[in-house]
Formats: sequence, C-alpha cells, structure tokens
Amino acid sequence: MIDFTFTEEQEMFRKAAREFAETMIMPKVAEMEKTGDVSQDVVKALAEADMMGITIPEEYGGLGLGYTERLIALEEISRVSVATAMMLQVFALGIEPIIKFGSEETKKKYLPGLATGKRLATTAVTEATGGSDPTGIKSSYTKDGEDFIVNGRKCFITNSHIADTITILAKAEDTPKAFCAFVIDENMPGWKATHKEHKVGMRGCNTGELSFEGLRIGKAQLLGAEGKGLGVTMAAIGDVGRGGMVGTALGLQAACLEESIKFAGQRILYGKPISFLQSIQNKIAEMKIDLEAGKLLGYRAAAIQDAGGRSSNEFAVAKYYTTEAAQKAAKMAVDIHGGYGCMEEYPVTRFWRDAAVLGPSAGTSDIMKVIIARWAMS
Amino acid sequence: MLKIVVCVKAVPDPKAAGNIKIDPQTKTLLRGNVPMVLNPLDKNALEAALQIKTGMEVHITVLSMGPPEAASIVKECLALGADRGILLSDRGFGGADAFATAYTLAMGVQKNGDADVVFCGMASSDGATEWVGPEMATMLDMPVVTMVREIIPHADEAWEVKSALENGYRRMRVRLPAVFTVTRDLNSPRTLSFSGIIKARKKTITEWGLDDLGVSAERVGLKGSPTIVTEMRTVENTRKVEFIEGTREEKAEQLVQKLVEVGVL
Ligand SMILES: Cc1cc2nc3c(=O)[nH]c(=O)nc-3n(C[C@H](O)[C@H](O)[C@H](O)COP(=O)(O)OP(=O)(O)OC[C@H]3O[C@@H](n4cnc5c(N)ncnc54)[C@H](O)[C@@H]3O)c2cc1C
Repeated sequence: MIDFTFTEEQEMFRKAAREFAETMIMPKVAEMEKTGDVSQDVVKALAEADMMGITIPEEYGGLGLGYTERLIALEEISRVSVATAMMLQVFALGIEPIIKFGSEETKKKYLPGLATGKRLATTAVTEATGGSDPTGIKSSYTKDGEDFIVNGRKCFITNSHIADTITILAKAEDTPKAFCAFVIDENMPGWKATHKEHKVGMRGCNTGELSFEGLRIGKAQLLGAEGKGLGVTMAAIGDVGRGGMVGTALGLQAACLEESIKFAGQRILYGKPISFLQSIQNKIAEMKIDLEAGKLLGYRAAAIQDAGGRSSNEFAVAKYYTTEAAQKAAKMAVDIHGGYGCMEEYPVTRFWRDAAVLGPSAGTSDIMKVIIARWAMS
Repeated sequence: MLKIVVCVKAVPDPKAAGNIKIDPQTKTLLRGNVPMVLNPLDKNALEAALQIKTGMEVHITVLSMGPPEAASIVKECLALGADRGILLSDRGFGGADAFATAYTLAMGVQKNGDADVVFCGMASSDGATEWVGPEMATMLDMPVVTMVREIIPHADEAWEVKSALENGYRRMRVRLPAVFTVTRDLNSPRTLSFSGIIKARKKTITEWGLDDLGVSAERVGLKGSPTIVTEMRTVENTRKVEFIEGTREEKAEQLVQKLVEVGVL
C-alpha cells in the first residue's frame, strides 16, 4: 500500500522548522523588506539551527537527512520568508555538486564548513547569453599545464555576494562541446562579486553578478570529469534546485491561504464576514486544491529521491505546478484583500512580489514544459 | 551526578483553546481535533533542568502520566535534550484529579529512584490547579518551592531560589532533594532543533503501568480521586451597546446608575 503519512520524526522536524521560522526569521522580515539586504542575523540563525547541513552526510558534519526533510524545512521557512527559503535552498544547490561529484579531498575541505555555516555556497551557471540554454554561456577556460584559467561573467546568481564556495560552469575555449564544473573559494584570486540586483520580491535574498578574470583553478577543484561539467551542474539544478523551488513555492502557497482565510474571516461586509461569500470561498478552495496537489507532487518526487532514484522529471512537474500555483495564490490572496491588498502593511503584497520571482528561478515554466514533454514522449 | 526529574503533561494546544467545548451533560471536555502539545510551563521546567546541565553533571528524566499518545510529547522532551523518558500509562490511571495524579507521579519518581530535584510547571494550561507539584512533594516527603522565577544551583550545598509572591518575591536557600514548580519568568524555553531530534533517536522511553508501579488501583485514576466536579460550563462573553440620551448631567447620572446596576461601581 502507498503510505502518504509523514513519520512521527518528520512531523517533529516540521514543528521544529515552524518554531524556528516563527521565532528567529519572522522578526527579521520587516528589516529585510526595507533594506533588501541579507540579514546576517538570519544567516547566523540558519547555521545555528543546523539548517545548512540538512542533506550533508553525517561524516562531514551534516545531519545526513533526505530530500523530504529538506522540503519540510523549506516549506516552513518559506511560509514565513520566501527570501530566506530561497537563500537556504541555493546554499544546498551549491553544496550538492560537492557531495555528488567532489573528490574525498574536496568533500573534507568544504563540507564541514558548509554544514556549520562557516562557508556559504551557491552554483553559478546563468550568463547574459545563456539561461534557459546553458550551452550558450561564454565563460571559458584554457589550460595551463594542469591548471585551468577561467574568464567570463555570471548573472542572476543567488548568494553571489555572500557565498565563498561556488560551483561554476565554464566552456572550453577551443572545444565547443566541452564544459567543466569547478568549485572555487575565497582563497583564489581572480574572481569577485560585482553588480547587486534589486529584485521586485524576495528582498533579503541576494542576487548578483560574478566576474572571473584570469582565475587560476587547480585540477583538484574539478567536479566530475574534465569536459563533463554540464551534467554536473544540470544534475544539481534538476534535483536540488527544482526541489528547492518546490519547497519555497509550497510555503508561499500556504502563507497566501492562511492570510486569505484570516482576512476573509475578519472583513465584514453586508453584516457578515466576507468568508460567507461564495466567490471568496471559491478562491480559498482553489488555493487549497493547489496546495494539496502541489504537496503530493513535491513530496512524491522527494520520496523517489530519498529511495535512491532520480526525480528530476517529477521535480520538473512539481516545480511547474507549485510555482505557477503560488503565483495564482498570491494574486487571489491580493484580490480577496480588495484595496487593502495594495497596501504594504498587508503581507499579501510581499507574497505577490515574491511570487513573481519564483517563476524563472531554477528554470522557467516554459523550460519545465520542454522537460516534461520530452519525458512524456520518451 | 545530579538526578533531575521533570514532570510534563500533554495538554490540548492552548492556541486552539477556542475549539474546546464542554459537554453540558457529562461535564467533560470535548477536545475535538485540537492537537495535544507539551504544557507551556513544563517547557520552562525542562529548560531549567537543561540550563543546569550546562554547568554540572546532570541526568534528566522526563516523567509524564497520560495516554499512550502522550509518548509524542515525551519524545519531544528527549529531542529538546532530556536523557530519558518515562510514560506512566494505564487505563487505571484515567480520570485522575490533581491528588491521584500527584500520587501516581510520586510513585513514578520513587521507582525511578534517588531524585535530587523534581521540576514541575507551576500549573497545567488545562487543569490549572497548581496542586500537583506541592502534593507530590508532600507524598515524597521533600520540601517544595512553588512559583520559582530564579534558580542559582550549587554543586554541593543548598540552592538559592527566588519565588514569586503576589506583591514581590521571596529568596530562599533550599537543601536538596526538593521539588520546584516554575513560572514562565524563570527562562525562555529553547525550541526544537533538527540535531536534537536526531540525537533523540538513541534515547529510550520506558512505559510503566499499574503493575510496574506496584500501586493499588484504589489510589490512582478516577477511583483515587477525592475531587468531584459538580459544575463546569463555558463562560459566554456577550457585548451590549446602549446609547444614553439626555443632557450632559442626565447622561452622567444615568451612566453612573447603569454602572452601579452591573456592579462595576
Ligand atoms: C531570483 C533568481 C535567482 C536565480 N539564481 C540563480 C543561481 O543561483 N544560479 C544560476 O545559475 N542561475 C540563477 N538564476 C537564473 C535562472 O536560472 C534563469 O533566469 C532562468 O534559467 C531563465 O534564463 P534567462 O533569465 O536567461 O531567460 P531566457 O532563457 O532568456 O528566457 C526568456 C524567455 O524565453 C523562454 N524560453 C527560453 N527557451 C525556451 C524554450 N526552449 N521553449 C520555450 N520557451 C523558452 C523563457 O521561458 C522565457 O520566457 C536565477 C534567476 C532568478 C530570477
């Protein structure tokens, strides 16, 4: 029989994540919204609550938990702060290539620091010439003996200005189809974070550009085989990146639903709360349907992954469904609030702006459909 | 090593208290689907023990009387940092008042053996008698300090504690073993952590029933409860708006009269 219940321990993880988000993150949301900057207190709190090491194996100082637990944590954190969930989800996106493709030496060098928050990670693939089409990137490497010399720039990189442990993708200057994935760190001269973006939403999560100029990288920093780097980064984005967006979207869906129910119960029109109006109930029902369906898709994909399978196709479906649903839910939540839905003291305005940013992250909905169609027709 | 026992209770989530109804016939609580949580003040009690553990060698046992489902809150206490859990669970323990509860818990403390300190929350959020701690202390023949809001533990001598009084506080030196019931002012309880939950995997919860405690069925549960609840009802809060007409003087006079009528003045 299919068992759709969380274990008692998983329920406790959810409770822990919710308590953590409500006590440690919630009080920082206003400040993040105002400044748009990463809150150092939030980063510290995430580290102290072991949130950065969830999927890192125990022998490297992590908790050794799975995708299901990661999804639970992201969902609960995003319910309080989408920006924080996004930052956390991309830490894991930066950690995954090291776990999956790093040598023993590389793992020992970086994972313990990443598990405790001493190091912060990201993965940088996107460039001006290649987002949906990562083969269009222009960052390139040449070889100098055993070393690689990288030049180029990356854009729209989450955690660009706070990360010190970064998986980057570059193309061979002379062999067009060869890509290499490297992990770089703060001790290597030749790279820096440059422009910081000002996003419409997810304020408090840092997005920006990186530039590489004569960046010399030793062979030991290669992730995966030489020339096979595209697969390394795509595997991380497919499972961890998309999976993370699902958790982030589900949390936002839940927040939209909760705020809508609260407002609809308090706003009195025609002598009764507007929750008695059928068209308000319709919106609430739609949000609930989408949330239930999204959870089934997301947690199923996570369960496949935890059972040792690959689930990037299932996560593509879940990513498409939940990020679209979160955008719909945010619009409905704003609508239910009437004029109040345009006023910034109401959290639904933040949900609306955050929802807009969910779409393109870790691949647009169009790209999800490309992947899903390929899966369906394979 | 100092042995601390923390008594904890599973209570209906106070945040959802509005959903709890009283059956007008049987005078019992209808909990509906309100989830059971760790009694809020028991979190302060556990936190007190955990803080003492950072300064000296301490073994913390969490003790709860309740239905088998209460194991989940004991587990939560283990995840928060307690070393061992004991659940006193038996059909015979059901329907206990504060007295029978105190007796059962005292027997649990005794069977567990050699407690130096017993911590309880000052009250439970559902029963709210504040009696269980003091009654248990009497049964265990230990001194008790209620409403504790500050503790300065010492390794080999009496502890200093500050307890709340209506208009101030009282400072005392207490020789162990002793029972303390704590207030929310004592500390801010920590929240659950993922690593704590993982550590709790290796910790055990022991379940003891009537036979394990070796107590008479007459002294526990409903049978052992001298308290009889004769009346229980939900207090209805109603609001009434009335406009007073007339000149200023007439209005003032009527207002005073109304306030006298409803008993405010
Ligand atoms: C907040 C945020 C954080 C991000 N973080 C990171 C990060 O940490 N690391 C990283 O590497 N990248 C990151 N990205 C980049 C993200 O992955 C890209 O924005 C995304 O892949 C889309 O690429 P693009 O922006 O270049 O859009 P384009 O690829 O230029 O797309 C433009 C339009 O064309 C459509 N389109 C493209 N190809 C197809 C197709 N084959 N079929 C149908 N329609 C298509 C797209 O759906 C879109 O509507 C982030 C983006 C955002 C917004």
